[in-house]
Amino acid sequence: MAASFFRNLPAPSRTVLGLTFVAAAVVPALNLLAPEGAVIHVPDYVIQLMGKFFCYALCALAIDLIWGFTGILSLGHGIFFAMGGYAMGMHLLRNHGISGEAGLPEFMKFMDWRELPWFWHGFESFAFTLLVIVLVPLLFALVFGFFTFRSRIRGVYFSIITQAVTFALMLLFFRNDTGFGGNNGLTGFRNLFGFPLAEPGTKMGLYLLSVAAVAGAYLLCRRITGSKLGRALTAIRDAESRLMFCGYDPLRYKLFVWALSAIMCAVAGALYVPQVGIINPSEMAPANSIEMVIWTAVGGRGTLVGPILGSFLVNWAKSWFTAAAPDLWLYVLAAIFIGTTMFLPMGIAGFGGLIARSRARWNRSAKDAAGPEDGAAALVRTAASSSDSRRGGAN
Amino acid sequence: MMKSSILLLMALLAFCLAGTAGAASPEFEAAIRGLTDPDRDVLIASVQALGELGDAAALPALQALQDDAMLISPEGRPLIVAADGAAVDALTGQPFTGDTGGLDAPSMSNQVRRVLEPVLAQLALSSPDPAVRRRSAEALLASADPDMAPAIEKALHKETDAGVIRRLSLALALINLDSADKERKISAIQALGDSGEQDQLAKLLPLAAPAPGGGFAEPDPDIRRAAVAAVGKLERKAAFVRAGRDLFYGVSLGSVMLLAALGLAITFGLMGVINMAHGEMIMLGAYSTYVVQEIFSRHLPGLADWYLPFALPLAFLVPCAVGVLLERAIIRHLYGRPLETLLATWGISLGLIQTVRLIFGAQNVEVRNPSWLSGGFEPTTGLILTYNRIAIIAFAALVVGIVWYLLQRTPLGLKVRAVTQSRSIASAMGIFTNKVDMWTFGLGSGIAGLGGLALTQVGNVNPELGQGYIVDSFMVVVLGGVGKLAGTVAGALSLGIVNKILEPFAGAVLGKIILLAVIVLFIQKRPQGIFAMKGRMVES
Amino acid sequence: MLNSPERRSWESRKITSAALHQSSNGIILSLNGVSVSFDGFNALTDLSLSVDENMIYCIIGPNGAGKTTMLDIITGKTKPDKGEVYFYEADITGMSETEIAQAGIGRKFQTPTVFQNLTLFENLELALHCRRTLSESLFWRLTPERKERIEEILELIGAQDMAHMQAGHLSHGRKQWLEIGMLLMQSPKLLLIDEPAAGMTPQELESSIPLLQSLKRDHTVVVIEHDMEFVRALAERVTVLHEGRVLAEGSMDFVQNNPKVVEVYLGG
Repeated sequence: MAASFFRNLPAPSRTVLGLTFVAAAVVPALNLLAPEGAVIHVPDYVIQLMGKFFCYALCALAIDLIWGFTGILSLGHGIFFAMGGYAMGMHLLRNHGISGEAGLPEFMKFMDWRELPWFWHGFESFAFTLLVIVLVPLLFALVFGFFTFRSRIRGVYFSIITQAVTFALMLLFFRNDTGFGGNNGLTGFRNLFGFPLAEPGTKMGLYLLSVAAVAGAYLLCRRITGSKLGRALTAIRDAESRLMFCGYDPLRYKLFVWALSAIMCAVAGALYVPQVGIINPSEMAPANSIEMVIWTAVGGRGTLVGPILGSFLVNWAKSWFTAAAPDLWLYVLAAIFIGTTMFLPMGIAGFGGLIARSRARWNRSAKDAAGPEDGAAALVRTAASSSDSRRGGAN
Repeated sequence: MMKSSILLLMALLAFCLAGTAGAASPEFEAAIRGLTDPDRDVLIASVQALGELGDAAALPALQALQDDAMLISPEGRPLIVAADGAAVDALTGQPFTGDTGGLDAPSMSNQVRRVLEPVLAQLALSSPDPAVRRRSAEALLASADPDMAPAIEKALHKETDAGVIRRLSLALALINLDSADKERKISAIQALGDSGEQDQLAKLLPLAAPAPGGGFAEPDPDIRRAAVAAVGKLERKAAFVRAGRDLFYGVSLGSVMLLAALGLAITFGLMGVINMAHGEMIMLGAYSTYVVQEIFSRHLPGLADWYLPFALPLAFLVPCAVGVLLERAIIRHLYGRPLETLLATWGISLGLIQTVRLIFGAQNVEVRNPSWLSGGFEPTTGLILTYNRIAIIAFAALVVGIVWYLLQRTPLGLKVRAVTQSRSIASAMGIFTNKVDMWTFGLGSGIAGLGGLALTQVGNVNPELGQGYIVDSFMVVVLGGVGKLAGTVAGALSLGIVNKILEPFAGAVLGKIILLAVIVLFIQKRPQGIFAMKGRMVES
Repeated sequence: MLNSPERRSWESRKITSAALHQSSNGIILSLNGVSVSFDGFNALTDLSLSVDENMIYCIIGPNGAGKTTMLDIITGKTKPDKGEVYFYEADITGMSETEIAQAGIGRKFQTPTVFQNLTLFENLELALHCRRTLSESLFWRLTPERKERIEEILELIGAQDMAHMQAGHLSHGRKQWLEIGMLLMQSPKLLLIDEPAAGMTPQELESSIPLLQSLKRDHTVVVIEHDMEFVRALAERVTVLHEGRVLAEGSMDFVQNNPKVVEVYLGG
């Protein structure tokens, strides 16, 4: 029965369900159960790497929601990633990074600060931290989005402004007096919920959490894009003014996906930080945000499987190249940017979809050859009757 | 050391002139000879005697004494040793032919120096060379020795050079500031207030301000009033200088931004795409300049100071060629997909940066200011307009002029304007829009390269230098509106100036953030920039 | 919902509503002294116009007469410098496109504008008259009535077979029909149609006339048109715009014989 359920799912869902199963069950099993040294053994560092990749995948999904579906290209999602990351980092430092009588994070003592800045209070509570992870990006996204979307800043204007904002915030966080550790950022984390971060068990837990987050985000995105709301988003991408003249207020729709996308990215950041052990302002470098976009582009924007795929692919390539041929990596990345946009505009998943569709069209073409009936005549024929029925209907 | 040797040279020149006049009195000769006397008292007396004689002809000898460049010949005559080691007789000017290696020097001491210094300054004041007099006045100003007051007053009567007069009166005022005579003191305070020298504020403030323990440090109300007025004058002057400096730096920064943004504005107006590698065109221009400089200093050291004019064509052509290539190979194929163009050109910029990094290294490379661009001039005290920034402003103005001419007066310009307004109609009129795109793109990239050349004179040159400019340039375009040259100029200059004004208050980073917020709010009010094109054209 | 924005002065509103009360009740739309200029170019100058319910109006005029600008102002795309627009008794000047559309004014663009990446069915579904809030869209259910309504319009525009085809694959003429279909889904009181004849085949044109005429039973239709034959066949009232002003108004015959009109527009 399970098999028939599986078979009845649409292809992308099947892929994702399968991948989730592999990620959440097979990989951990191979890590924990397979004997070390065996071919099928998954070493700890792979778990750690994949945990990171799942955070990236969450970012790629977030970008997909706003860019792939709504057509708004953000080059500043690193801001939200960093927001989540810094909030989590502050929580980790407040709870477990404290040493000595002052109770201050190391970098503050290093700078001779006597007391905690006001905005560091509250982070000792995990619930508060969670709230910050969600609310700060939400608020920022709403305010920024309101001002930009309201004035109908769109297209490249929006993209460049988001890049400018992330650049400016990066410079701000680079300063030592901002209270976030300046250049070095936050690091030296030890425990999360009392679990030592260095333990493989904790790493496995965080990895599974990341898998769960991506799966959850995928389901949420599926729910949204599958609804009329999702179609309205596509409509915004295609012809925003038409949608306005249909009586929709695109501002609300845009703000909604923009804020949701921001929160997803922030959650990714929050999951990322305990896994890599550091958060610093370079996460807000324009290059980082634009790399997120390329993950989505490579995988296929406007699909939900694509971004997950793309983030794994690009980042796997990145970790391979930066180790094997560091000088070459930027060329490879450049080639990915150029190649994807020029030759694979809909990404890998989009390419697959295209093949599937064209095959379907090939099959249908025989039927279409007869040609549709004359639309004009039909229009006249039924105009009056339609007017009648409407009055009782949708009104 | 450098300064004193220049001084020496000039003094030597003066000496030769005096020598040809040839009327050295016996007292003069005796005093000069006295400089070699082993008895320190005689030496001091000789110095003082030379001072009283007031003959500028003694300057080279005294200066040599001061610089430890005097030796005593075996016959006991004073010799002046030049920087290259050649020695001449201080009295006759005859070259000394013997070996200077084992010769003694006059017996100098700090006591001698103390006497020597004002004498030297005083004598220099009577030198016929204004440059010598100016330096001397500077020295007097620095020491502010009350003993020198009569000499300064005497010199002031004869002095004609404005710079020397200013320095001397300032020195006199500083000396008189401590004078017991109320009149003198007040006029000294006024003179300091008029001087515009911010350094003097510290001297005046104690006279004007209340003492820490209550009451006033200065008991005399008249003096206090004068001091308050002088302080006010200085502070107004300071504000004026600051405003002037902000304006100057702002305009010069704006000029660099203008060169950076001009090409972007034209291509964005024309094609509606943003070239994220535009900043790298600036970088390429800067590195082209660097390469030309290196070639010149290696192979044409004689012309090394003039590498900039020769770098000009290369700084234009290299980015121009890259731009044309970029347009042909990539941007053309992404027509109508501006967001993907952003991504593809970002990829290009990564490649360009990495290439330059692999060739030239990740560190800053040094591009020197040629000597004719070093220094600056001072229209008013404290406000120094450096030549390199003036040159950048003039250069930007020239480039804007040329671009204006190209756009308004040439066939290409006509086509560019036509395509900017309506691509489809222009195309229907028989304009090859893709050729226009290509050449305009090349032009825009070339202009950015010229921006890079200008940048080498004021900023660091490294592979990442272009990265910051894309955002700035785009802000200029947003502010100035698309497709309007005047708008771009106004946008760049106002951004530059506002940037410089905000910096001292908010710091560079916060200033940038404030500016960004202001621009986002500005777009709310005027989505089409300062120079708006309204109506139907905007939507399409 | 149809309250007037605050920026309008109280006095001007008083005068115009007095004017409105004097006129008959059947007025669906009126423009009152509307002026707008772009960079010193006066696109509309003191334009006043009123439209009776359930009629077909045609607005004609040479290029640059301000026809499209007038539609922009009615639908809220452009804000007038002066003057106001009333929809029934409500002042809609300065309201957003969304609010005006929800109030019951539908607009068809000159070039067909549909959602290229959605299917025809989805295009119509989006246009269906209902509450268009976020949550409504997220928890939207395709009830049988709604489905029936969409299919009805699909049939009306002769696209039953293409319901699940992407709109972007349609021909130009088909897109025109789809857009009209979307307009009908919105159930507007007032339909503003910008140059429907443009790009249509003579055959399509001919069949459009009875369609538009049939619409007037439930809608008021304002058509902007260049094609004189089309206008003559269609219009009950014709307004001639010239350089942003009303040059003449009345039946086609009346307008055609107006010497001023002949001079600027028809005379050639």
